[in-house]
Amino acid sequence: MRRKSHKRQPPVASVNSTETRSRPEPASFLDVRELRIHFDTDDGLLRAVDGVSFELEQGRTLGIVGESGSGKTVTSLGIMGLHRSRRARISGEIWLDGEELLSAAPERIRQLRGQKMAMVFQDPMSALHPFYTVGAQITEAYQAHHPKTDRRTARDRAVEMLNRVGIPRADQRVDDYPHQFSGGMRQRALIAMALINDPSLLIADEPTTALDVTVQAQILDLIRDLQQEFGSAVILITHDLGVVAELAHDILVMYAGKCVEKGPATKLFTAPEHPYTWGLLGSMPRVDRAPQERLLSIPGNPPSLIRLPQGCAFHPRCPFADRNGEKSFTEVPELTGASDPGHQVACHLPPEERRRIFAHDVAPRL
Amino acid sequence: MAARRGPRRPAVTAYIIRRVVGAVFLLFAVTAITFAIFFLVPRLAGETSTQLAAQYVGRDPSPEALAAVEKNLGFDLPLYQQYWQFVQGIFAGRTFQYGPDPSYCQAPCFGYSFKTHLPVWPEIAERIPVTLSLAAGAAVIWVVVGVAIGVLSALKRGSLFDRLSMGVALAGVSLPIFFTALISLALFSYKWPIFENLRYVPLTEDPVLWAKNLVLPWVTLAFLYSALYARLTRAGMLETMGEDYIRTARAKGLTERRVVVRHGLRAALTPLVTIFGLDLGLLLGGAVLTETAFSLPGVGQYAVQAITDNDLPKIMAVTTLGGFFIVVANLIVDVLYVALDPRVRYS
Amino acid sequence: MEITEREPLLKVTGLVKHFPITQGLLRRQVGTVRAVDGIDFTVLPGETLGIVGESGCGKSTTVRLIVRLLEPTGGRIEFEGRDITHLSRGAMRPLRKDIQPIFQDPYSSLNPRHTVGTIVGAPFRLQKVETEHGVKDAVQELLELCGLSPEHYNRYPHEFSGGQRQRIGVARALALQPKMIVADEPVSALDVSIQAQVINLLDDLQKELGLTYVIVAHDLSVIRHVSDKVAVMYLGKVVEIGGRDSLYAGPMHPYTVALMSAIPVPDPRRRVKRERIVLTGEVPSPANPPPACRFHTRCWKAQKICRQLEPPLRELKPGHFVACHFPENLPASAEADSGAADRGPGARLREEGGGARGGWAPPHPGWCRTPRAGRDEGAALITRAGRSRHALCHRLVWN
Repeated sequence: MRRKSHKRQPPVASVNSTETRSRPEPASFLDVRELRIHFDTDDGLLRAVDGVSFELEQGRTLGIVGESGSGKTVTSLGIMGLHRSRRARISGEIWLDGEELLSAAPERIRQLRGQKMAMVFQDPMSALHPFYTVGAQITEAYQAHHPKTDRRTARDRAVEMLNRVGIPRADQRVDDYPHQFSGGMRQRALIAMALINDPSLLIADEPTTALDVTVQAQILDLIRDLQQEFGSAVILITHDLGVVAELAHDILVMYAGKCVEKGPATKLFTAPEHPYTWGLLGSMPRVDRAPQERLLSIPGNPPSLIRLPQGCAFHPRCPFADRNGEKSFTEVPELTGASDPGHQVACHLPPEERRRIFAHDVAPRL
Repeated sequence: MAARRGPRRPAVTAYIIRRVVGAVFLLFAVTAITFAIFFLVPRLAGETSTQLAAQYVGRDPSPEALAAVEKNLGFDLPLYQQYWQFVQGIFAGRTFQYGPDPSYCQAPCFGYSFKTHLPVWPEIAERIPVTLSLAAGAAVIWVVVGVAIGVLSALKRGSLFDRLSMGVALAGVSLPIFFTALISLALFSYKWPIFENLRYVPLTEDPVLWAKNLVLPWVTLAFLYSALYARLTRAGMLETMGEDYIRTARAKGLTERRVVVRHGLRAALTPLVTIFGLDLGLLLGGAVLTETAFSLPGVGQYAVQAITDNDLPKIMAVTTLGGFFIVVANLIVDVLYVALDPRVRYS
Repeated sequence: MEITEREPLLKVTGLVKHFPITQGLLRRQVGTVRAVDGIDFTVLPGETLGIVGESGCGKSTTVRLIVRLLEPTGGRIEFEGRDITHLSRGAMRPLRKDIQPIFQDPYSSLNPRHTVGTIVGAPFRLQKVETEHGVKDAVQELLELCGLSPEHYNRYPHEFSGGQRQRIGVARALALQPKMIVADEPVSALDVSIQAQVINLLDDLQKELGLTYVIVAHDLSVIRHVSDKVAVMYLGKVVEIGGRDSLYAGPMHPYTVALMSAIPVPDPRRRVKRERIVLTGEVPSPANPPPACRFHTRCWKAQKICRQLEPPLRELKPGHFVACHFPENLPASAEADSGAADRGPGARLREEGGGARGGWAPPHPGWCRTPRAGRDEGAALITRAGRSRHALCHRLVWN
């Protein structure tokens, strides 16, 4: 974690990343360093992800939280190497199990996709091809990485996975088409597809957003159980703080393409230090507390990623922006260590002030 | 499994039966509307049955002769009976009391030409192979060329190839057939006489000459449709390649070729089947401009002739035939869809 | 309790909506989707009724029936004491002023070719309402009321974010000073922070204008925040309805209990302590709902009687109605009355788990039962989330 100090030297990092990868291999299973994903658009450069770094070990779950347009999905697609547009500009480093992905050959990334790293998408309704049976689509994922297996074996494996993710009568349902499955079952099928090659990194992008509450609970349980069984690293992307609280060990809060706060889940929920995190927590009506009079909402709208506000990108919506003199309006805050080890915040407010505001003004209203 | 699939099969059968029944009704509607346009409208406009009969008789006919023709052709009957006879003629043939002897006109009977006094159908039947040759050959070319260009353009969106081919496609869509046909004739038949003495030779007679003489018409017709299909395919591919399931396919680690062909193309081309069916059906009813420009003795040319001659039975026959091809093409497309899209099969 | 004396603004009795399913060559009707199958509730003036349930439970159909976008198959809808169940389009027209809908999708419910002014002003024109200083003034006032700027009058919907569009939708609904607003998932398409803004807006407007709301949502947290009274629907039926606090503090229907235990709570410490009921299987099709109690296929408390006799909606606490043979969280007095409940497994669990424990935490120890023979799909499975036992249950149910 203390590598942070030399990670804050983008010039060195970028020279290294374009030339030879001279830095020692990272110790973590997944190590994302200063990831930047920008897109050329007709209106200007869109900074979807702007210098995000995090690490993840196997058997752990990282929750990435943020609103739409905060860059969480773009980050995950970047790890999977799924940004294909010629307009995408990606820089930084992504180390997966000792292998740097951004400099790897496209064919190597393709081999890793679905094999070592797999992804489950948000909308199970549209993520399956309507013209092929569920079984054929899962079998295909297996055969892509086991070209020598015959169809029978691959099919048996698909049935086994469908069974594992809780599809009843899997040996029959395997021949159904996606539209014959309910939303929850499709998401299970997609999870089966993602896990069929026993990946060591699973990225779940809003896996339950399109589902009903009780089905959501089933899917979250399933992901947790599977993680325990397979010991994979999981990145859970969601806008729902309740969902991350269910699964994540660590949490990364994104705002306008940047990480504004990250740390252990318990810390982030009990002692968050960034005003945006406060706002997110306050925006959720909670059933585990007495009914609130009013929700602590965040005023305004998320900023345009093409014309980001000067200084701290959150300042136009931050109720405390004017407490730091001009700083919030001119200077982008760095991600620095907070009170606890492993907890980092990018905010100009002095640490004591943050803790005081949270304890006095925010916590009682959550 | 069979048991589970079992109850769904009748749904497919019912779907197909419904489509067939629908097509039959549609065919009746086509004949009815055609009949109405050519017989009811003139009557509403004040034309009498005698005037109609006058078309069949030579110049300056005697009133007696006129009345006889009127009676023999049934123009004096109420319209619905005439329509019934018309339909009967198409499906079962009918006997005309035309001239001194009764003559039996075999099904499908569309009556006798005003001008030549010959039965219409054999003339048309003779011409159908010509139109079929033209349409089928052109269709093969435009599907292959159009789809290939469309897919490549979509995959390389914004590239030079894309911009160039879409520019040409725009020209192809905009330039009228008679223009491209004349240009191609001028270039390849007169300036560089590669394809000389163009005349239709039946396939059965000389396959090589058949093909050689049809190359120019095929290419000319296919140019227009290739352009259309390239644009359609490109749009469909772009849309499909942006779908979530394509992302899923890539996330599985499939090779890009497999993603494009098995996942992208399959979905993008399915809607094209509908358009293709209709286009082909439309062309079989007569590729009027191409046939005229290359003087191919096809159905389209026949239609032009019929219209210039104001030869009512011919016009009706061609119209009904055109409607027939479109309805049948539609039916085939509908049934094909069952095979192509499982969502139709199971709902 | 003088509230109950008031005349209800909306009274729904035995409301039914069936959709025919047709099949075959002649499109014979082979079945019916019982989208809404006999529901009753009342809404008092100034009150908010929240309707909650999973997809396919009929909550959206209910809304469409109330605003009369659908023709009810049976039952009765009364608005201000007047029967509006089968009013014709024309007769309904003046009433549209009083009952206004807000739709879920702020992207598709606003015509992209009209300016905000046209959209929000449309109700005035359609209902031919005279405004004091002209329509434009009235619209701008509404925009301000809903947290938008009056300058937005001439802009088009695509220039706005999702939250702002939903504000436009709210402004349009408020244009004719309705008595009641019926909202179908008003915030579910919005981001969390924006969701809170719109919820707060609805709250403020209710206080300011004395509006009555019927709000439908799948999110139980949102429903608890906005509602005074909550109805829980399952497969076209209201299985539980009661005051917000009573219902959330002590849900009595097993389905409600399961729903509440499934809400993810933003507090990682709870996931260790919490016991969760995970319903297995899927909601059965409303075209072929299970007989008697519709929840029995997924209910861990189901007995023979649940498969034979449909439980009536009974008032087990003041103002709190439940349709269940073996309700949870019974108050002590009611427990004596309901004999059946005592003999159910719930009674034993109640003693062990202590139903009176604070909050809504379900009082069950984690346990799992194997499915009854021949009904593998719907068998209910209760489990403590993520335990070894859970894995065992999976095996029992799925292998």
